[in-house]
Amino acid sequence: MSRQWRSAAFTVPAVFLVVAALALAGCGGGAPEEAAPEAAASEGVAVKAAFVYVSPVGDAGWTLAHDNARLKIDELDYVETAYTEAVPEGADAERTISQYVRQGYNLIFTTSFGYMDPTITVAATAPEVTFMHCSGFKTAANVGTYFGRMYQPRYLTGMIAGKMTKSKVLGYVAAHPIPEVIRGLNAFALGARSVNPDVKVHVVWTQTWYDPAKEREAAESLLDIGADVIAQHQDTPAPQQAAEKRGNYSIGYNSDMSSFAPAAHLTAPVWNWEVIYRKVVDEVHNGTWTSYQYWGGLDDGVVGLAPYSDLVPQEVRDMVEAKKAEIVAGDWDVFTGPINNAAGEVWVADGESMADGDMLGMKDLVEGVVGTVPE
Amino acid sequence: MEVDLGVLVVAILQAAVRSGTPILFVCIGEIYAERSGVLNVGLEGMMLVGAIAGFTAGFTVGNPVVGVIVAAAAGAAFSLIHAFVTITLRADQIVSGLTLTILGTGISGFFGKAMIGQVGPGFDKFAVPGLAKIPVLGTVFFQQDAMVYLSYVVVPIAWWVMYKTHLGLAIRSVGESPATADSLGVSVTRIRYGCVLFGGAMAGVGGAYLSLAYTTMWIEQMSGGRGWITLALVIFAGWNPARAALGAYLFGGADALQLRIQAVGLDIPTYFLMMLPYVLTITILVLASRASLRRRLGAPAALGIPYAREER
Repeated sequence: MSRQWRSAAFTVPAVFLVVAALALAGCGGGAPEEAAPEAAASEGVAVKAAFVYVSPVGDAGWTLAHDNARLKIDELDYVETAYTEAVPEGADAERTISQYVRQGYNLIFTTSFGYMDPTITVAATAPEVTFMHCSGFKTAANVGTYFGRMYQPRYLTGMIAGKMTKSKVLGYVAAHPIPEVIRGLNAFALGARSVNPDVKVHVVWTQTWYDPAKEREAAESLLDIGADVIAQHQDTPAPQQAAEKRGNYSIGYNSDMSSFAPAAHLTAPVWNWEVIYRKVVDEVHNGTWTSYQYWGGLDDGVVGLAPYSDLVPQEVRDMVEAKKAEIVAGDWDVFTGPINNAAGEVWVADGESMADGDMLGMKDLVEGVVGTVPE
Repeated sequence: MEVDLGVLVVAILQAAVRSGTPILFVCIGEIYAERSGVLNVGLEGMMLVGAIAGFTAGFTVGNPVVGVIVAAAAGAAFSLIHAFVTITLRADQIVSGLTLTILGTGISGFFGKAMIGQVGPGFDKFAVPGLAKIPVLGTVFFQQDAMVYLSYVVVPIAWWVMYKTHLGLAIRSVGESPATADSLGVSVTRIRYGCVLFGGAMAGVGGAYLSLAYTTMWIEQMSGGRGWITLALVIFAGWNPARAALGAYLFGGADALQLRIQAVGLDIPTYFLMMLPYVLTITILVLASRASLRRRLGAPAALGIPYAREER
């Protein structure tokens, strides 16, 4: 407490205010919200699944996509769910996760990269609980990981952007310079240049996941230099609105963002986490879960495309669907040579395919991307 | 690819005004509060309350002007908590301000649930007839949205009231020496209440800029730390509304510049560019404080100190 309190008489209301504030903050953005307990099915383990979210469900992006999936599995009669939103990565995360362990949750999903170490730490103290960490690389006997091959739908949206651009300049509002983001950017550029080899993809790094005003401004900066299709990696639809106001096109991300920019939004690479959540919940229910690293793609449906806008011509849709079928069938994948890096050197030789490990650690940019990766 | 450098520079300046405007509103309000001796670090919370109140009202009525008015009222009403706790109860201003930030984040998130995914009405860019034709300056200043134009009115009035009116003199004297002002018949309580409420209203308007002009949607915690930046801006401005405009545009401009250097594809290390706004701020702070060494940076003497008549 502050040393500047005048007297006890003033301390009481002030302390009350702080407590009330924290309680309300909890209502809006923190406290676990438990669904009504449901009767466990007669056979199998009743699953109490907890979700730890990095941003508010109201982000209209990453966390919303996870929460939509949570609501779906919550409908199963042997599952009850709870979540905590806006949990900072680090010590706070560890506390939130262990709180769920103490409350008797037997399955905990941690949905941000920065929860990796807290998840591993808490998991070591609770061997009876199953943990699934999204987007990380550390595992344990009771910790698995899950993620999706978002680069596949990114490539498809790149094809659409490449077909729709007139200026042959595409703008990519990138988030933080980590392999996941770089992979998406590269896939987008490869897709665009596969249908329109002269296209350049200009990139701006905002170093944010979540700052609508800054992301809007980043999109403006790309529109200013002549980009006529804007793609993005942040969680907010702000770049979509920038494109809409200028009368240009945009590609969303995370979930269908068309309501925010109906005249600009062409489609979006989207997450469908229900696929993996359903799988894990059933495994825990049946007692068949063992630790694994899940990296599903278009074939599983954990990633996909939002509905096409009417702006996308039928011939472009047909072309994209054909490519999608090729990927789903396993005949071809995005990082298959020949691929040159930004310096014009051969990166993946003709006929070769990049290994998953190399994709997961991707640091370089492909030819056709204008910009650098911040170091 | 060829980009016309002149066009790009104008675009950067135009963006500087646009991104400087939300923090400019907030800064003007905070200058008034601090000039009267009340520090309010709850800017982030008040902005969020303004952003959600303005968006909800604008969305419901279908008119962004109504949104701005409601945002100002909501910001003022919310800051009443701070005024009551710090002026009437004379509690610690920092603690109360931080409470406002937490409370505002929670309240806005709670009431914002229904607004998620909605697209509201907003202010579009429109050119001011005549003025927009002026080369460079016309594009930079007069091809903006209505809220930017509102700031062109608010800033000079705020400056004029502060330095040219009786009220301004009363505000400044309450912030410098409340006991003296009190002895001369100025109501310290009334002046401070008024200034804190005005600060809340302006923070509300600044927040509404984010949800009604910059974007036309509500996103939780969409203020993105701008309330904290504004606290630094107040010091940079030397508690002067006119210099606040300069500072806000400078800060906005540095950000606009670094984004466009990236967009063009110039090979300058991005982390260096990210630092630019902060490096600029520090540099100018140093210069500004040197020039004004004699007048002690200009911080109100009674800033942060509750006033109790009987303690004199």
